[in-house]
Amino acid sequence: MSSLDSSFGVRRAATPQAPAAAKRVRRPISDGQHRIGTRAHVALSWIAPLLLLAVWEGLARNGWIEPQVLPAPSKVVATAWKLGLHGTLLRDLGTSLLRAAAGFAIGGGIGFALGTLVGFSRLAEALIDRSVQMIRAIPFLALLPLVIVWFGVGEGQKIFLVSLGVAFPVYINTTLGIRQVDPKLLELGRVRGLSTALLIRRIVLPGALPSILTGVRYALATAWLALVVAETIGAQAGLGFLAMDAREFLRTDVIVLTIVIYALIGVLADSLARLLERRLLAWHPNYGAGR
Amino acid sequence: MSALHVPNADPAVTVTGLRRAYGRRVVIDALDLRIERGEFVALLGESGCGKTTLLRALAGLDPIQAGRIDAPGKPAVVFQEPRLLPWDSLWRNVSLGLPEHGAREAAAAALAEVGLGNRLDDWPRTLSGGQAQRVALARALVQEPELLLLDEPFAALDALTRIRMHGLVKELVARHRPGVLLVTHDVEEAIRLADRILVMRDGAIAAEHLPETAADPQRFRALLLAELGVQGSAAA
Ligand SMILES: Nc1ncnc2c1ncn2[C@@H]1O[C@H](COP(=O)(O)OP(=O)(O)OP(=O)(O)O)[C@@H](O)[C@H]1O
Ligand SMILES: [Mg+2]
Repeated sequence: MSSLDSSFGVRRAATPQAPAAAKRVRRPISDGQHRIGTRAHVALSWIAPLLLLAVWEGLARNGWIEPQVLPAPSKVVATAWKLGLHGTLLRDLGTSLLRAAAGFAIGGGIGFALGTLVGFSRLAEALIDRSVQMIRAIPFLALLPLVIVWFGVGEGQKIFLVSLGVAFPVYINTTLGIRQVDPKLLELGRVRGLSTALLIRRIVLPGALPSILTGVRYALATAWLALVVAETIGAQAGLGFLAMDAREFLRTDVIVLTIVIYALIGVLADSLARLLERRLLAWHPNYGAGR
Repeated sequence: MSALHVPNADPAVTVTGLRRAYGRRVVIDALDLRIERGEFVALLGESGCGKTTLLRALAGLDPIQAGRIDAPGKPAVVFQEPRLLPWDSLWRNVSLGLPEHGAREAAAAALAEVGLGNRLDDWPRTLSGGQAQRVALARALVQEPELLLLDEPFAALDALTRIRMHGLVKELVARHRPGVLLVTHDVEEAIRLADRILVMRDGAIAAEHLPETAADPQRFRALLLAELGVQGSAAA
């Protein structure tokens, strides 16, 4: 460890690498020493997964693992290449992303609107909040059979399920964020004679934004989960369809491929959300890249 | 109390018969107060006697139960904490509530006045406590208020910074000439800054002094402390 440390030398906060390391493991407090430790830590933490992959490849190639149980990683990559070039992979991927985006927009919009309303108005809270909390008590995937009865297994069912999964985290974190806005700052706004519209724009929404973005990040995960389930139940296109279709023919390489793609997109969505946080919350000591 | 008043037809605020209660607990009752433009008034009083309550009423932050508050313009307030919006740059903080047009220029001028003219685009979190309170001061002055309300604005600062702030405030007030009401616990601060010192007790103004006319500073200080209910320190 000590030789590693000295090879990094003393690093100032302004070097481009330092925030890059800090963002991977988000820490409120990050002094120079901590970052160096984190970088080494990140490098070390990759060893085990890579090793596992290598062992898997070796076992599969030597026939220790049946290809129908688990194909070799290299085989999955080859399948990806083939399907991407000649098959329906890109179209299926597009279909899935579109469903996720539509559900996210609808659910997020509804969650944000209701959350804002309830955050601001005691009356809206009295009218809306209890019902929302009661519906929220249902694990939304338990509604699946009912949703299929309502919508069949078409696009409606999938988008509805995703919206449902997204709306609650966004709703909760929006109301929470608005309520947590520092009353002293609201008072300041009043002293300065801000109109209600300006008060919302300059103080309430910026103050609630960290919480709202947390909700968005959480919602991304739920949206993805909802989509996987919805697509697996019944679909004529999309990643879930690809996987279920492959199951019929015991094409585990395709199944594994879809699983990997689901995972990759999940990771991608999450880093997108983090990027958004860093851009929008640059002022915040816990998120901002510093100046 | 009017005996001590220099007649002047230009009040920054006139308060008559003010009554302020929280529920059934009356904190301020039948309070009269007049502050002229350009006059610096310090308000002393024991903790919990209602100084902040009075200031909040003057700022229009709380409803009053009886009496009148006449102020020609919108008062500006500096609180004990800077209350800067952490998500806005310094100039956006200073110009909060100003019309967009010319806001940056006005904020730049105000920040320059408090010695932060080179930090327009910085985040508030990059400031020290004293710097943040200077921004709050700039934000108050950029309004060109007729009445400036200061609620223990220096209480959280270290002694050295506080002395610097005294100089700055005195200079800025002399230039902009608002009427000032400074709530403070610090007798020294009151003597150093104020044209007139009020002592509040039992929800009303109990005593009024002009520090300029005090013959013996030591005895004046002791008198103020005695009025604040601090015994024994009169001998020191
Ligand atoms: N929001 C409130 N609700 C009920 N009572 C309050 C409230 N705010 C203040 N009071 C009471 O009013 C009285 C005056 O309070 P105030 O804050 O004006 O005191 P103060 O003179 O500013 O004291 P300090 O010097 O400690 O700041 C106190 O007895 C306090 O308990
Ligand atoms: Mg007070």
